[in-house]
Amino acid sequence: MAEDMATIYVMGKAYEVPKDLTIMKAMEYAGYRFLRGCGCRGAFCGACGTVYRNVDDYRLRVGLACQEVVQDGMYLAEIPFFPGNKAFYDIEDLEPNSETILKLYPEIFRCLACNTCTKACPQDIEVMEYIQAALRGDIAKAADLSFDCLLCGLCAARCPAEIVQYNVALLCRRLYSRYIAPKAAHLENRVEEVREGKYDKELADLKKMNERQLAKLYDSRDIEPGD
Amino acid sequence: MYYTPGMLKSMKRVEATREFRLTQELPLLDPVQKVDLLENHHPDYIEDVFRELKVGPSKGTLTPKEFASVFEAYSAIDPEEFDLSTVDYDVDVLVVGGGGAGASAALVAHEHGADVLLVTKLRFGDANTIMAQGGIQGADKENDSPAIHYLDVMGGGRYFNDPDLVEALVVDAPGALAWLEKLGVMFDKEPDGTMVSIHGGGTSRQRMHAARDYTGGEIMKTLRDEVQNRKIPYVEFSPAYELLTDGKKVTGAVLHNLETEEYLVVRAKTVILATGGAGRLHVDGFPTTNHYGATADGLVLGYRVGAPLVFMDTIQYHPTGAAYPEQLLGQLVTEKVRGLGGQLVNTDGNRFIYELETRDVEAAAIIRECSERKKGVTTPSGYSAVWLDTPIIEVLRGEGIIRKRLPAMYRQYQRFEIDMAAVPILVYPTQHYQNGGLEIDADTETKIENLYAAGELSGGIHGRNRLMGNSLLDVVVFGRRAGKAAAERAATIKKSGKLSLAHLTEFHEELEGVGVAHDRIAPMLLPDYRRSKATEKKLVVLP
Ligand SMILES: Cc1cc2nc3c(=O)[nH]c(=O)nc-3n(C[C@H](O)[C@H](O)[C@H](O)COP(=O)(O)OP(=O)(O)OC[C@H]3O[C@@H](n4cnc5c(N)ncnc54)[C@H](O)[C@@H]3O)c2cc1C
Ligand code: SF4
Ligand code: SF4
Ligand code: FES
Repeated sequence: MAEDMATIYVMGKAYEVPKDLTIMKAMEYAGYRFLRGCGCRGAFCGACGTVYRNVDDYRLRVGLACQEVVQDGMYLAEIPFFPGNKAFYDIEDLEPNSETILKLYPEIFRCLACNTCTKACPQDIEVMEYIQAALRGDIAKAADLSFDCLLCGLCAARCPAEIVQYNVALLCRRLYSRYIAPKAAHLENRVEEVREGKYDKELADLKKMNERQLAKLYDSRDIEPGD
Repeated sequence: MYYTPGMLKSMKRVEATREFRLTQELPLLDPVQKVDLLENHHPDYIEDVFRELKVGPSKGTLTPKEFASVFEAYSAIDPEEFDLSTVDYDVDVLVVGGGGAGASAALVAHEHGADVLLVTKLRFGDANTIMAQGGIQGADKENDSPAIHYLDVMGGGRYFNDPDLVEALVVDAPGALAWLEKLGVMFDKEPDGTMVSIHGGGTSRQRMHAARDYTGGEIMKTLRDEVQNRKIPYVEFSPAYELLTDGKKVTGAVLHNLETEEYLVVRAKTVILATGGAGRLHVDGFPTTNHYGATADGLVLGYRVGAPLVFMDTIQYHPTGAAYPEQLLGQLVTEKVRGLGGQLVNTDGNRFIYELETRDVEAAAIIRECSERKKGVTTPSGYSAVWLDTPIIEVLRGEGIIRKRLPAMYRQYQRFEIDMAAVPILVYPTQHYQNGGLEIDADTETKIENLYAAGELSGGIHGRNRLMGNSLLDVVVFGRRAGKAAAERAATIKKSGKLSLAHLTEFHEELEGVGVAHDRIAPMLLPDYRRSKATEKKLVVLP
């Protein structure tokens, strides 16, 4: 085998692929055309969760197929869908406290603090910490810690307590943003001004202008200094 | 370290000039130089990139060849043989596309009492929306106003924008942001609740709102969660493959279940197309920042039933797409990197353009450096690229600043053992945004009755050039407008329409009339990145 090639086993079947490819591109190189398991191709959507094991290693590892580079002797399978539990709620009817979270996701009581989820997370999120924060009712902390979550499902796939961490996290971020973070007063004012029609006349005048008139205004507009 | 010996040699030259470049001042180009640069190097001005459309409602207009090939293509459906007698779904409003525009439309249509079905090609939320990092505009600060925003949008679009659409965009913006805030989108805020907002290219006020560097992600996750909470039905991996009409008005669509390959018939009183962009057509061979399903499907469907397109001769290339490592090819390196002081440097270690010109000018300058001037760095896969000097940001603004201000980007390069705080990265322009699309009015209705279009697949809002932060805004504003208009219209339609593919028969005849080969099929649905060696030996044994 050429030095720059690696053998990978896609669901057990061997393929020879260039060593520096991501799992996703290596599978395409081998001849796979994705229907599932491929979305943004850039670590934003969480569609490409993958479980793998390297030869001569008993450990199961997980990662994103669009990010993880292949290794010689890698056994892998994508988990493009995870049937995780999701609670349904009306965000307007909730109160931002631990009772709410425990009522919607009582299973978080079962957390063993084993930290398996944190070790699994491809986004380097302190998953266990945010679950613990949610348990304590520290919604702001759970929201903050979980912010980069892609809902890839890899944490939940490994959790011995069958907690669906990412859905708990999403609930915490929505509760925090809806109820705990103060509302933007300037935004509320502006919405009211728009409703009252404060800008209608000015906009109507602008809409009537031809290109030359607009360009004149545009080229002489004052620009707020940046940071 | 991942760089090749050739790259490392060039990198030494970048390091050698860094101190000089710290204080080097480059002037902005004057208007004549700008036009000269664009006309000679920006793909929008290269005649060979385009072709005139020979059929359909926008016959005679120019569009990149890759677009023309999907617009001038047959359907896989044979309209004469196709059986539409079994209706699988019968709804008021069909929303096609599970991105930001589609989700917004579904929520608002549902609020207006409509029976809604959302269908999407990949998973719900696997879309360009979830990838947007930078931010969303909206004039909500004291020193700003919808009128000031209006002028920025018009100037940015070079005054080609449709004034009614721009008015809708800027007037609805505060309401759209307030809607997102109330749904629980975690915007960056000061402790007193004031939105943190900064400049973006072409803004005269600091009105770019963000949710760290996952702005679109945070919006998409929240909207999707809300659609799920309200139990609005949605079907994934089932793209719309064709629209249905009663001969004139749109009355439904044909879906294709990607996995079972079964087709499904939807009867709907109104249809909202929200299928997003088209980066995966790879205009002129450019890599793209777009998601896997960005293949112009909605444009193809709308065009076939007779909806005209506007501004399909202008594409936004992001000047700084990742050019190396190969795994990141085409991915967005946010404008913020240059905003923070990152410099564009050629293989000799020299700057060649002031870094904060508009996107089109920056892109053209990089292309000129790599092609005409041959001052690019060659990557192993044969691409040419220029350096984006990132370590200089740490020199300018202090150690640790990159990790702090650009965490997602830093993490992405770190995965390939490239520490962008210590070494520069390689970039080249990448296909980013479709400026034009289906022509709509302020209620998002196309020229075809009961067919609406919202989001990146619509045209006219941004004229010939979209400003960063206005498309996330556009998908929420016009997605909401589409939901309302389509639901209200549906409420006035008492009897469901007849379902036919007569438009397709006509369109196919038109294609045959101009001699289009029968093997050209669209919509594309998904790009094919399999190695040709694997596909050449394809043998179909399970028909
Ligand atoms: C990397 C990146 C960064 C960006 N950053 C910013 C930014 O900072 N600020 C900003 O304002 N804008 C930004 N943009 C642009 C902005 O994100 C998009 O223009 C916008 O989100 C498009 O939304 P949409 O709903 O129209 O389309 P999308 O979000 O792309 O959604 C379209 C959906 O339709 C589905 N679909 C496609 N075809 C079919 C079919 N045939 N049938 C059914 N469903 C189909 C797709 O799978 C997808 O789910 C960025 C874009 C990218 C790619
Ligand atoms: S927290 Fe869980 S779902 Fe979220 S990114 Fe990490 S592993 Fe994936
Ligand atoms: S894996 Fe499950 S049980 Fe273990 S720490 Fe994480 S949430 Fe708790
Ligand atoms: S494809 Fe979206 S995270 Fe990998």
